[in-house]
Amino acid sequence: MLESSNLRKTYLNKVAVDDVTLRLEQGRIYAMLGPNGSGKTTFMKMVSGIVKPTQGTLFYKNKPIGVETKKEIAYMSTEPYFYAYMTVEDVGKYYKDFFEDFDDARYKKLIAEMDLSMNDKVTKLSSGMMAKMKIAVTMARKAKLFLLDEPLNGIDLIAREKIIKTILSAVSEDTTIVVSSHLVDELETVVDSVIFMKNGKNILFGDAEVIREERGKSIVELYKEIYS
Amino acid sequence: MEYDNNMPIYLQVINQIKKNMIQGKLLLGEKLPSTRELALQYQINPNTAVRIYKEMEQQNMCFTKRGLGTFVTEESAVVTAMREAMAKELLDGFVREMKDLGFTKDELLKVISEQFGKT
Repeated sequence: MLESSNLRKTYLNKVAVDDVTLRLEQGRIYAMLGPNGSGKTTFMKMVSGIVKPTQGTLFYKNKPIGVETKKEIAYMSTEPYFYAYMTVEDVGKYYKDFFEDFDDARYKKLIAEMDLSMNDKVTKLSSGMMAKMKIAVTMARKAKLFLLDEPLNGIDLIAREKIIKTILSAVSEDTTIVVSSHLVDELETVVDSVIFMKNGKNILFGDAEVIREERGKSIVELYKEIYS
Repeated sequence: MEYDNNMPIYLQVINQIKKNMIQGKLLLGEKLPSTRELALQYQINPNTAVRIYKEMEQQNMCFTKRGLGTFVTEESAVVTAMREAMAKELLDGFVREMKDLGFTKDELLKVISEQFGKT
């Protein structure tokens, strides 16, 4: 479904993503793991079409990344990207203007599930509430590929559970989810496959259950071993 | 549910479902949640949920009615056998470890009956 070959991105003399060749399949949940600066965000930005690769190729359903692919790919970035005057409801409208596949009813439902109110001002939201709203507005799209950059970062346990449940209920045979995180514990039971990134390179890629069996280690233990 | 990272997740969930069947929290012939509901309930990957029902079916713990869903076995003998198998597994480990500590059979029986009321 998504294929990258020898993908590379450099910013001046800094290499952000280095020679990444990956093949993602439909209907699976992928965890993209690695510390800050390992290339996770840059990879996601290239898939979503915000950033252009320096070298290599990137195909979504056999099409190069562009206007067409953006219609099916939803990206949630780590930075907040809303105007200060907006309420939670306005954010939904703002998204609806951008994306044909934005589903109002689903947004309403997700906002309620996240214990947020449509009338809340975005500037008044705590960081946990903001994280929940970002997930709700992203997952209210009927996209086929969701790229979630650090959705679990800096939020409390209860909110994390809600976000994980939302992710789990969104995956289906034709929907794929990539979650980047350095909170491996939370994702251990949730993901099908793991993509370990280090210094811009993909150093390990595979089915989580197979990796656990072959190496006799949990993903959490493997993560500690690789990055410590 | 808390997961032990050293054991495959699908096995941990199956064990929990076995316990629920033994304790009567799940009744014979009762409808089980869909794989999607199971995934949400246990916060596990939906593909793992599919695998869980597949494994359970192989062990005759459950069966699928086309178009209707997955159901707990209707045979009480399966649950009885499961209870015995789980107990045996626990006992094997426990007795072996206690033997390693040098406990005789009599000593073992004594500490068990003393502990039984406390736990």
